[in-house]
Amino acid sequence: MTSTHHDAETFPELADLELVDKPDGPGAAAILAAGIGIFVLGLLTTLNEMSEGIHTFLDAFDGDGGVGPLSGKTILATVAYFGSWAVLWVLWRNKDIDLKRTFWIGLGLGVVGTVLMFPPVFQAFA
Amino acid sequence: MELSSRETWTVIHGLVLGTVFLLAFAGGLAGLWSLRPGLVTTQGIRERMTRLYYGTWIMAVVAWATVITGTWIVYPWYRAALARVGEDVFAGCAGAVRPIDTCSPRDFLLSNVSGTTEAWHSFGMEWKEHVAWAAPFLATAAAFLVTYYGARLIARPWLRAAVIVMLVGAFAAAAIGGAFGAFINKVAPII
Repeated sequence: MTSTHHDAETFPELADLELVDKPDGPGAAAILAAGIGIFVLGLLTTLNEMSEGIHTFLDAFDGDGGVGPLSGKTILATVAYFGSWAVLWVLWRNKDIDLKRTFWIGLGLGVVGTVLMFPPVFQAFA
Repeated sequence: MELSSRETWTVIHGLVLGTVFLLAFAGGLAGLWSLRPGLVTTQGIRERMTRLYYGTWIMAVVAWATVITGTWIVYPWYRAALARVGEDVFAGCAGAVRPIDTCSPRDFLLSNVSGTTEAWHSFGMEWKEHVAWAAPFLATAAAFLVTYYGARLIARPWLRAAVIVMLVGAFAAAAIGGAFGAFINKVAPII
């Protein structure tokens, strides 16, 4: 572990709680994974409109369940979310990662993903 | 006074889970907002953190339950293609003033047989069904951060603000889904 935050020294209210210092890597992994999940959902939403082949692929995820391509979009986005979180956790679990930088990257991915799932945007590619 | 199976699931998806989500969000946001140096004692931090853990994790679990029931149980009833007869895609909706056995809510909205309703699907439902999935992603990550850092969030105002942004983002996504769900269910209820 490489973390040295000294939170209890900065804020006396925390001293009595005897908190153990932790690295920022796992926190950064959670933040970035949220951005990745939203981005993948937005990307698949737009790709679904752009390509008949991708539409068919996404549509096949629920068989005849009636959910349509939304099944593939949401399953793959959920896999991307938890999958990326797991990978980043393994890579960063004992490291201090720059949380601010990670947050802005995650926010950027989230904003782009949200734009890509806004109907006037993705329907423009239909 | 009774509800059909479909109406019951619609109520669970939109009203029950939505209400719990809103309550959990309010509790989580208030707890995080006041988690600042000088506002809480050591004993107060212990008491507040327990409530914060419950609030954020309930919000995350309910967000998942809402999108899963919405996508995999309610949505197929909404989007079933029932109205097509030969070349006429909306033949089953002729004369309908609300969805019927031969005209699903989606058919009904797109057919414009009872007013100008197409945009409720092409904009409202298309936005809602996608953006609502951002809520569990953000709420779960926020709940994890609250659990992982715990009381250390007091000493990290920037990180605490980032978690609040994620919680508010989750709420905004759920609010868009909830609002359009309520309006669409009013115009074209699932029967």
